Amino acid sequence: MVKYILKRLLLAILILFGVSVIIYFLIRMMPLNYLEQKFADQLAVGTMTQEDFDRILAIYGLDDNSFLGILKGYWSWLTNFLKGDMGVSFQFGREVSVVIKEKMGISFSISLVSLILELLIAIPLGIKCATNQYGKFDYTVTVLCMIAMAFPSFFLGNLFIKWFAVDLGWFETGGLNSSSLPITAGPLEVFGDMIWHLILPILVMVILDIGSLMRYTRTNTLEVLNADYIRTARAKGLSEGKVVYKHVFRNTLIPLITVLASTLPMLFGGAMITETVFDIPGIGQAAYNALKIGDIPLAMGYNMFIAVLTVIGTLLADIMYAVVDPRVKLK
Amino acid sequence: MEDQIKNEEQVSEKENFNDNLHGENLTDRAKVLSPGMTVLKRFFRSKLSIIGLVTLVLLFLFSFLGPVFTKWGPNEADPNSKTIFTVTSITYEVDGETYTCFEVTLDETNYNILGDISADHIMGTDDSSYDVFTRLMTGGRVSLTIGFVVVILETLLGVLLGGLAGYFGKWVDQLIMRIVDILSCIPSLPIMLILSAVFTALGIVDISRLYYMMIVLTLLGWPSVARLVRGQILSLREQEFMLAAKSSGLSTGKKIFKHLLPNVIPQLIVFMTLGLGSIILYEATLGYLGIGAPTGTATWGNLINYASDATYRNYYPNLWLGAGICITLAILAFNFVGDGLRDAFDPKMKR
Repeated sequence: MVKYILKRLLLAILILFGVSVIIYFLIRMMPLNYLEQKFADQLAVGTMTQEDFDRILAIYGLDDNSFLGILKGYWSWLTNFLKGDMGVSFQFGREVSVVIKEKMGISFSISLVSLILELLIAIPLGIKCATNQYGKFDYTVTVLCMIAMAFPSFFLGNLFIKWFAVDLGWFETGGLNSSSLPITAGPLEVFGDMIWHLILPILVMVILDIGSLMRYTRTNTLEVLNADYIRTARAKGLSEGKVVYKHVFRNTLIPLITVLASTLPMLFGGAMITETVFDIPGIGQAAYNALKIGDIPLAMGYNMFIAVLTVIGTLLADIMYAVVDPRVKLK
Repeated sequence: MEDQIKNEEQVSEKENFNDNLHGENLTDRAKVLSPGMTVLKRFFRSKLSIIGLVTLVLLFLFSFLGPVFTKWGPNEADPNSKTIFTVTSITYEVDGETYTCFEVTLDETNYNILGDISADHIMGTDDSSYDVFTRLMTGGRVSLTIGFVVVILETLLGVLLGGLAGYFGKWVDQLIMRIVDILSCIPSLPIMLILSAVFTALGIVDISRLYYMMIVLTLLGWPSVARLVRGQILSLREQEFMLAAKSSGLSTGKKIFKHLLPNVIPQLIVFMTLGLGSIILYEATLGYLGIGAPTGTATWGNLINYASDATYRNYYPNLWLGAGICITLAILAFNFVGDGLRDAFDPKMKR
């Protein structure tokens, strides 16, 4: 087990190295619009000379766009990254790690709330569908889930904004807090206002993700229902309720734990599109803007953050699988 | 044109199957069906698969045959002028009383910009006075074609590399699978955002951008195919029929193409069907973010892009609602068909 984890960690380092090389070289091919725009005024007025600008580029390792120059830039990025320094974000003017930490909170809260809601709805639904396989209930729920899964997030998001926020005026179109909120408002009021704003995005995320979770639970439950120990449980005369809620339910949860481990990138990395649609100042939106304007340190930092989370998520899923199911041997 | 013929073939094929099913009697049932026929029979037994297939046929007819019957081109501006009413109110006070005056101005635009829904334009016109309905139909052509091209390319690449990795094992396997690991850890949306900026910087803004987009989607998509094929081949390689193939002295090529790959095809077909839906979703996402197909080209993604602008989203749903529904329908239909195929191919499924 320990040997397996060590082997996987070594592999993870190799993977992350490869990911960072590819992303860095691609990012360096991006135009440097942002820095040029940011200092264009100062350059024009003369408060900053071209040499100063070049020096700034040199600090970021961006002065030389030849292959060797990019390689050198990558090397300096890598050594800093290993020291835990991801540079300073162009657009926020603060350290990338600080920006990520700050913006992660709201993304994490939204994702966590929607994940909990999804689990609370999807697992009972999935089990109910499996126990009534091919019944009317099963059919309806499966079809509804497939329809929900087919919606693109931006389409559903904008549809909801148009219906519930613009036409009906029930919710806000986006953002975290209303601008009309008085400064004197207490923390409770601010929090309530925030929840008011977040109902639609959470609803969208729940609707989009509930389908796959429900179908996964359903398939697993069907498999468990066919297992020998369920037949034994029935044969010894247990009531159907006891069979389903005691024997089936607990065994259905086993594969779900591995699914939870693989939701790690989504949980911490934010939903880029949903955040952009609803204008939520989370990590996803910050990264989206960074990628759009060429904020290289933040874009690099975010991509590496996601890659690390993905690697940890898959590793965790594999380990969890062996932990909850002793029959699985890791080698 | 070719695509139209293909569609018609699909339709007639479907009708034949239905006839077979209806004309089935007891003696037919006693006959042993070939594996392919069993799969098809099972496929058409599921209502959802049929709904999915019919939806797909309708969407294809809509996109590929539809534009033939409209009077507008996808990039043809409506030269009819449109009158715009502007109402401005002026409030003033006289002798302590407030009066409000409304001034109504009529402006004539040269083109029918953001025209209302009318008999001429079923879905109105957009900000360039193009007919939205026509663009929706031609947009389907581009979006569906992108889906098919990318899925076929990534399957070919994935089968080749996954097959090599699975068959030869050792360092070939190590090398290919590590590349697969790296590629599947790269977040794909950020990569598309970066590459889109790179394309713009390199001056790729015309139709060739579509081809580059397809290449990038292929490069990001093949690892999952390779994983699937490799896993399948690894388990097949150990089975008795492969030992038989080996002992009868078959060449490597024959072993791979005649004995291993045909056994992977069911999974590949399922993957490709479900993959088509996800590629269409991808194109739409890129279009929505404004980094997909060149602006001005009618694709479903570029049409749904209107929803990202608050004004269009709130006051002109006719511009983007159709594209959104088409994208959702296409994804749903591909999922229905893919699921139906998976169940039909699964020998364990008895019902």
